Amino acid sequence: MSETENAAVIEMRDVSVGAMRDISFVVLEDVNWSVAPGEFWTVAGQQYSGKSDFLMLTAGLMAPVKGECKLFGTDTRTFGEAKLAERLYVGLVFTGGQLFNQLTIRENVALPLQYHHDLTPAAAAPAAATLLELLELTPLADLTPTNVSDNWRQRAALARALILKPKILLLDDPLAGLGARHLHWWLRLLDQLSRGHDWCGGQPMTVVVTTDDLRPWRNAGRKFALLRDKKFFPLGGWNDVESANDPMVKELLAVPLEIIS
Amino acid sequence: MRENLAKVLTLTNTQIFRRAPLPKSYTDFLGRKLFLFLLTLQGLAAFALITLGVLLRKFQTARNVIRPRIRQEIARAGVALLPMFLFVALALGFLVIGQTVSALARVGATGYLGSTMVIAVVRELGPLLAAMLVLARVGTAHVIELGTARALGEVEALEALGIDPVHYLIVPRVIGMAVGVFALTVYLIIGALASGYLFAFLQDVPLTPGDYFKQITEALNWLDFVLLALKTVAFGFFIAIVTCYHGLAQPLRLEDVSRVAVRAVTQGVIVCVLIDALFILLYLVT
Repeated sequence: MSETENAAVIEMRDVSVGAMRDISFVVLEDVNWSVAPGEFWTVAGQQYSGKSDFLMLTAGLMAPVKGECKLFGTDTRTFGEAKLAERLYVGLVFTGGQLFNQLTIRENVALPLQYHHDLTPAAAAPAAATLLELLELTPLADLTPTNVSDNWRQRAALARALILKPKILLLDDPLAGLGARHLHWWLRLLDQLSRGHDWCGGQPMTVVVTTDDLRPWRNAGRKFALLRDKKFFPLGGWNDVESANDPMVKELLAVPLEIIS
Repeated sequence: MRENLAKVLTLTNTQIFRRAPLPKSYTDFLGRKLFLFLLTLQGLAAFALITLGVLLRKFQTARNVIRPRIRQEIARAGVALLPMFLFVALALGFLVIGQTVSALARVGATGYLGSTMVIAVVRELGPLLAAMLVLARVGTAHVIELGTARALGEVEALEALGIDPVHYLIVPRVIGMAVGVFALTVYLIIGALASGYLFAFLQDVPLTPGDYFKQITEALNWLDFVLLALKTVAFGFFIAIVTCYHGLAQPLRLEDVSRVAVRAVTQGVIVCVLIDALFILLYLVT
């Protein structure tokens, strides 16, 4: 690989992360993190450890309280209209989906494409249909989000984040509350996306997920990190996670897997 | 914003407590109200300017997404309210104008009919009533929709998708409401004047339709049309700004939405009255 290809797509130096609701309340400090293209990171932490805020900052939705956060080499503080193209290389999936309840699932998925490429619904329909098919959402496409279960809402949110073919995919606790079938489907698809899915031309996608239960990510995540006591600790690979003596890691590994049939 | 407010309130309380002889509770109350009023005014002005800026700067952006939304908002704040407005126009004509016409006829003052109708209906009652009805029907819905969207994280979702929430959520509502209030005011005035004459006719007032409408047209001048258009567009614009500001401009939880809706409607009424007062001054000056 050339040097450009190896350059970090996400880079944080001495970053302090503020809470989304109140930026002055610091949830993480001194974060130093570098993510190379195509890496698959699983960032674990307990509830209220700042996982969502960390992901929001990574996506460039808020500036760090202190330090420097770069996406594709550009400081996220300077992210504005002029840097919109770079910002769109980042797809973000929220916990629960946060879909637009007034729109159908098809409209939700097509919206980013329509907006950024100024397309009519008819012009955006083929791309949306392909993605809906890939994510097995076609039968539900004309329903509004409130009329489908959480499992499918989460998938629709993934489809919406993927429609612009991002280079980085950030997912906030994507497996929370999923049924067993959906859980395995998600792990398989995220692994495929990370390795390079046919749908995106075999191009590996950088994936970062947050979780409060490490166990499902055993065979999916390839790099792990822990958020604890307002600090960011890179853990290494799965073997390092299993051998870690950190009590919180043990706790996150011991959480019983929630299966909703 | 909230932090700044807290700082300002703390500072204000201390200063007034030191300097003023009034009991602390009164000064606290007045100080809080005054600073809240000023901060809200500042927030509304900033929000209005931001919205105007986005409206002008992104007029050509994502037309295929925004224009259908504008049409949808015009339908909601205008066309959908037409039946209710026709009913109100009939009621206004029967209850107010018809009685005014017959009262003027009884004292032989039908010569003042045109100017009375223009001042009462065209300049004042029509626009203000239209604005109040749109505020009640559509403005409240704006606050609840946007407040709920904000509380459910839909605004953050828009930002994550690189979609400007002001452009996508606010601009169509502002345009829709400005056009809606203007159009509905015109229908309300025409309906009220026509039904008012109908009521007078049923009471055997000796006034032909030709005389009635001739007096009204003679009492109207070009300035009435210009100021009516400006006033109704201003009503629509500011109602949308106030309701959208309260729904969108600050982080909300679901339990905050109803409280914010009440506050937005109250401030919407105040803003409309202030705009109306401003236009009365304009009428007096011109």
